[in-house]
Amino acid sequence: MIHSLFLVNSSGDIFLEKHWKSVVSRSVCDYFFEAQERASEPENVPPVIPTPHHYLISVLRHRIYFVAVIQSEVPPLFVIEFLHRVVDTFQDYFGVCTEAAIKDNVVVVYELLEEMLDNGFPLATESNILKELIKPPTILRTVVNTITGSTNVGEQLPTGQLSVVPWRRTGVKYTNNEAYFDVVEEIDAIIDKSGSTITAEIQGVIDACVKLTGMPDLTLSFMNPRLLDDVSFHPCVRFKRWEAERILSFIPPDGNFRLLSYHVSCQNLVAIPVYVKHNITFREGSSQGRFELTLGPKQTMGKGLEAVLISSQLPRGVLNTNLNPSQGTYNFDPVTKLLSWDVGKINPQKLPSLKGSMSLQAGASKPDENPTINIQFKIQQSALSGLKVNRLDMYGEKYKPFKGIKYMTKAGKFQTKGLLRGRAWDLKN
Amino acid sequence: MLSMSTNNLSYSDQGGTDSAVEVGQETTPTSSNAGAGFGLFSVDFKKNEDLKEMLESNKESLKLEAMKRVVGLIAKGKNASELFPAVVKNVASKNIELKKLVYVYLVRYAEEQQDLALLSISTFQRALKDPNQLIRASALRVLSSIRVPIIVPIMMLAIKEAASDMSPYVRKTSAHAIQKLYSLDQDQKELLIEVIEKLLKDKSTLVAGSVVMAFEEVCPDRIDLIHKNYRKLCNLLVDVEEWGQVVIISMLTRYARTQFTSPWKEDGVFDEHNERAFYESDEEKTRDETEAKPYMMDPDHRLLLRNTKPLLQSRNTAVVMSVAQLYWHLAPKNEVSIVTKSLVRLLRSHREVQYIVLQNIATMSIQRKGMFEPYMKSFYVRSTDATHIKSLKLEILTSLANEANISTILREFQTYVKSQDKQFAAGTIQAIGRCATNISEVTDTCLNGLVLLLSNRDETVVAESVVVIRKLLQIQPTQHSDIIKHMAKLFDNITVPMARASILWLMGEYCERVPKIAPDVLRKMAKSFTSEEDIVKLQTVNLAAKLYLTNSKQTKLLTQYILNLGKYDQNYDIRDRTRFIRQLIVPNDKNGALSKYAHRILLAPKPAPVLESAYKDRDRYQLGTLSHTINTKASGYLELSDWPAVAPDQSVRNVEVIEPTVKSKPAKSSDDKFYSDSGEEEEKGSGSSSSEDGSSSSSSEGNSSQTSEESDKSSSQSEKSSSESDSEKKERKTKTPLQKKTVKPTAKDWYHTIMEHIFNEESWTYVTKQQHTKTIFVNVINQHSVLQTFSYSHWSTLCVSLFTQLCPLSLAFPLQLSGPAFVPEKSHDLLHRMTGKGLSAQYQFPRQPCLYQPTMVSVQISLTNTTDHPLEQIHIGDRSPTGLNIHCFNTIECLEPEASVTVFMGIDFNDSTQAANFQLCTKEDHFSVSIQPAIGELLLPITMTELDFRKEQGKLLGMNESSATITMAAENMTSQPISRPVATVANLGMVPSSQDNVHRFAGKTANSGAVVLVTVELRGESTALITINTEKSVMGSMLLRDLKLALAQA
Repeated sequence: MIHSLFLVNSSGDIFLEKHWKSVVSRSVCDYFFEAQERASEPENVPPVIPTPHHYLISVLRHRIYFVAVIQSEVPPLFVIEFLHRVVDTFQDYFGVCTEAAIKDNVVVVYELLEEMLDNGFPLATESNILKELIKPPTILRTVVNTITGSTNVGEQLPTGQLSVVPWRRTGVKYTNNEAYFDVVEEIDAIIDKSGSTITAEIQGVIDACVKLTGMPDLTLSFMNPRLLDDVSFHPCVRFKRWEAERILSFIPPDGNFRLLSYHVSCQNLVAIPVYVKHNITFREGSSQGRFELTLGPKQTMGKGLEAVLISSQLPRGVLNTNLNPSQGTYNFDPVTKLLSWDVGKINPQKLPSLKGSMSLQAGASKPDENPTINIQFKIQQSALSGLKVNRLDMYGEKYKPFKGIKYMTKAGKFQTKGLLRGRAWDLKN
Repeated sequence: MLSMSTNNLSYSDQGGTDSAVEVGQETTPTSSNAGAGFGLFSVDFKKNEDLKEMLESNKESLKLEAMKRVVGLIAKGKNASELFPAVVKNVASKNIELKKLVYVYLVRYAEEQQDLALLSISTFQRALKDPNQLIRASALRVLSSIRVPIIVPIMMLAIKEAASDMSPYVRKTSAHAIQKLYSLDQDQKELLIEVIEKLLKDKSTLVAGSVVMAFEEVCPDRIDLIHKNYRKLCNLLVDVEEWGQVVIISMLTRYARTQFTSPWKEDGVFDEHNERAFYESDEEKTRDETEAKPYMMDPDHRLLLRNTKPLLQSRNTAVVMSVAQLYWHLAPKNEVSIVTKSLVRLLRSHREVQYIVLQNIATMSIQRKGMFEPYMKSFYVRSTDATHIKSLKLEILTSLANEANISTILREFQTYVKSQDKQFAAGTIQAIGRCATNISEVTDTCLNGLVLLLSNRDETVVAESVVVIRKLLQIQPTQHSDIIKHMAKLFDNITVPMARASILWLMGEYCERVPKIAPDVLRKMAKSFTSEEDIVKLQTVNLAAKLYLTNSKQTKLLTQYILNLGKYDQNYDIRDRTRFIRQLIVPNDKNGALSKYAHRILLAPKPAPVLESAYKDRDRYQLGTLSHTINTKASGYLELSDWPAVAPDQSVRNVEVIEPTVKSKPAKSSDDKFYSDSGEEEEKGSGSSSSEDGSSSSSSEGNSSQTSEESDKSSSQSEKSSSESDSEKKERKTKTPLQKKTVKPTAKDWYHTIMEHIFNEESWTYVTKQQHTKTIFVNVINQHSVLQTFSYSHWSTLCVSLFTQLCPLSLAFPLQLSGPAFVPEKSHDLLHRMTGKGLSAQYQFPRQPCLYQPTMVSVQISLTNTTDHPLEQIHIGDRSPTGLNIHCFNTIECLEPEASVTVFMGIDFNDSTQAANFQLCTKEDHFSVSIQPAIGELLLPITMTELDFRKEQGKLLGMNESSATITMAAENMTSQPISRPVATVANLGMVPSSQDNVHRFAGKTANSGAVVLVTVELRGESTALITINTEKSVMGSMLLRDLKLALAQA
């Protein structure tokens, strides 16, 4: 299946290679570099590139391309999913997944890759199992190992590997037994200039941090499970119970994991928590343009908007801006033409605004489209869809755990289109 | 300082030395394969020499540090092959991290240094017999990963042994090894298929995915191997690990397409039926036959669909996609749409996932618009999407467009046209064109909209609009002369060649509708002809010819001028075209025949172009495959066959379950039931340790023929081959085809089946391979004597492994021996290092039949040198009682400091627990040691049926019977906790029992072969009756004492 893996950084250097079958020359990556050159943006490199003898399947994460070399038919998603799993594992082990982190931990990286694939077929990808085989590097452990001469590599087959619950190791012990669940919702929306919603969707996840002794069996029920339109589970969730009773019943992995991701259907009306009014004008021939932007809360269920960040890609013709924010800081990069405004918290009494002028390149034509405005924000203690956890019960163990549930809403891909709708086509209906 | 950075190998730490290595490497790139000889004079020689020294040092930490740097070199793609001899020496290291890094190195360079790689083989062979399953598995992984053709036979043996290992993890590894061996030597195919066939029967979810992967790689056409396992695979699917699920689902999709009839006829038949009832009621009789067969879905087909459905909720996108393609290719049309929601969900995932999923949706949406229409808004383009994502979304939106939603889609498209990404805008214009041709209601709207775009500032947008308008006009040629005029006006401003060519073509084609403008355009073209692009020139020639035919008065001279220009053009296509046109339109004397038809040739009505999706025919490839993504057949692509017209025999999938004579299943914990949706029992319930696994398989699956193989310790092969020779003749005669094996559930036959099975699977090929293996070993040995650097410990293991593998024993066992149900890992001190002056020895009972003499008990001794100087000539000296029959291990010439070695010896205890005393000698010293066996170690397990057990028991009554009643705790009353302590105390085999409360165990003594039968009968709340029948009554009472102790504890 997966023959080799090359890690390529943003400047086009291969800084790590690993082969699971016979060695494939790194010259195979030339085809990848060609495609990279053709692509205007790093994201535009096609994920699947056929070459005369191999196929290159790549993912781009943290500005590193993970290029897998394939020799014969394999579902491309299989490879892509696996590569992402590799990145997640690195992140889990080293905190960040950067070129520097990978180079610093090259031995652990190699040991991990060795365990994750055998002959190109995934062997152990569950982080709990991997951590028993290869312990993550920490400063403390490094010191201890140096003194005692012990190693980072486990000598026994991880208990999870053979059991019915491969995601959980046996013999877990905590003095404080805690289970925390974060319900995080992201709202994706496209709003047109007049403020009407073109599309809006809510995607949610429940991330858990469970530190419980022994083999606890948890059930989590919702007040309004019908809200969930489409769900995907961590393998620990018993599907049958969900089908029958709409209850999440599971033996949790130890530590952090994503219990559930869900989708709230767009048929349900989505309350848009923020509005943006913007007026950006370019006058033909003139070298000045006006920029005005105001935003304010809307349907937030009484919770405040926090960590608001506005960003917009201004047209190429804009040379510089001279803007005045009523709060927060703004920044315009004349090279990338990216405008960003860190607004912070919104006070409903005093709405934040950003006003001023832009200087345009002389003779540049007026752009067709006003720039799209991307908005990021957070609303604490509220899930926009209204999803509520009813209760969490634990069976199988005798102690009383501490339970906590937190809600949060975030903006996902939230855009306001700056389209000038002046000349809409004459449509019959 | 070096040891400080042992575990945190940061580049900056080692910067100095490391970068120097790099420089050196780069200056001598030619040294890559030539080895160290070349590097002798360069800098890197010194640097690597430094690594070499570290690797050869005695300090573990230095070695580890060196290996880490070597791995760093490998990771960067630098050549480290000349370190091979230094690295390979550390393969037997006790430090597991060091060992793993050496493995990494070996796998990388063994192919280049085949001779040296052979030195490591014996270490792996030893590790293959390690009691720790992780070590067994990783030894097999590395052994099978070093691509050295000469060890193919050794790999084959190792795979076969591992395939019957009791640890499912090791069996999984063996499934992976199958593919590796196959890619190394395709001639092994037949043998490997046998192993695959065996592993396919495995009930462990851990193995299922890997063996199916091997099946797909080695023998995807042997669909007949799947039949019997089909239902099991369907039922296990939910519990298989996610990667295995993908492979199994894709294999089952292919399988189903060959075995079931099409569920898609349903709709057709139904419609036909309706019509008939309405119009042709009088003909009903004649049609009756065809009608008589309504479609019935095979229950197995339904089983597959039902069991894959929950996987749509998987977090793994590849699993979701594979279920989606399964439904697309196998489900009745009305059920396919259940996958929609999940596919749309995947669009939230990473960019690369989106790309693949969108491609598949694009193919699906062409055939089944309805599936994705409700989710149209999910395909709206965002400005942050990557270009290829954008164009795929456009593609899908276009396919989804219909009369009802076209206005929404067009409104969306309008915003895209204004995008700053002009390539995307051009794509949108093409999409508008496609919508306009597909939906006639909006053709005019689109056309007008596109005309508006002609005044767009951006050239690519204008050019694309021209091209699309040209295509649209061809569809409705009658009107729109004003559009043509408009375009003619724009002509001067348009520079994109394709757009100019399109306008010229339009002028020529519809020149009668713009009689005044067309000649003027031609005039302009005549002026600029030489500076135009080729495609524009060609169309100019065309335009000239068409105008010459319709309006020769005005354009004759212009045409001639252009034809003359074209005649001397640099491009041969243009010269060619010019010559052709000239002959066609200008009448001359010689060949006027064609020019008569010139009008009809050039101005014939032309069919309108069909604007269709690039994804139209993509569904010839199975969805979700690489071939589908790249739209060409990838190597190794397996075609989906068409549905068979008549379903093949359904009964091939029937698995005849042999009724277990006993039902002593271990109580399953309630968790199991939640996770396994299937009713089938799974092997995995038995927790983690390998020992438990072994015993549970023998208790719960006593019926399956796997039992004896599975619970066999790996090295018990020799014993099988020994019993083989005994019953060889009989065996050959009675060898029956596979199906016959599963016929009768009576105990006798079942017993027979097991025997037969073992012989078939294990031994036949084994004998033929021996010769070959031997030669290789000789090779290895030769190598060894040359390179004295290699640690001596390998020598003796080599001998042992040679012995175990190559010596078929021709000894007759009266009863079928089975493998040990449980091997206690407890080892006993033979010689403490204080009394042994630094030599320490431990012994344990591996519970395997002794290879040297069948009457001996085999003892495994590990010797460790804890001194700081090598110990020489370790051997066994005097023994007492003098008659004691011991098979000594070969003298160990030299044991390095800190090294340890494991040797086997055989001791005939003569069926008594009297200690065996002997002397363990080194060159200088003699140490008296003794081994006292527990009574249980003097036994060997045997398999027998309950019937035979009763028969034997009947012969051993009266004074041959000893029994006792004990009290035990209530929670220990199930079979699992009883079989375990019994197996720990004594090396006995389980006998299947028909009563839940009675457990039987059988064995025989090593020396005299007397049968020992143990019965544990549970009575009431907490009492149990232990009965032991054996003619060795002393042994019986001693065993009873031990058992009483063990069970009361339990």
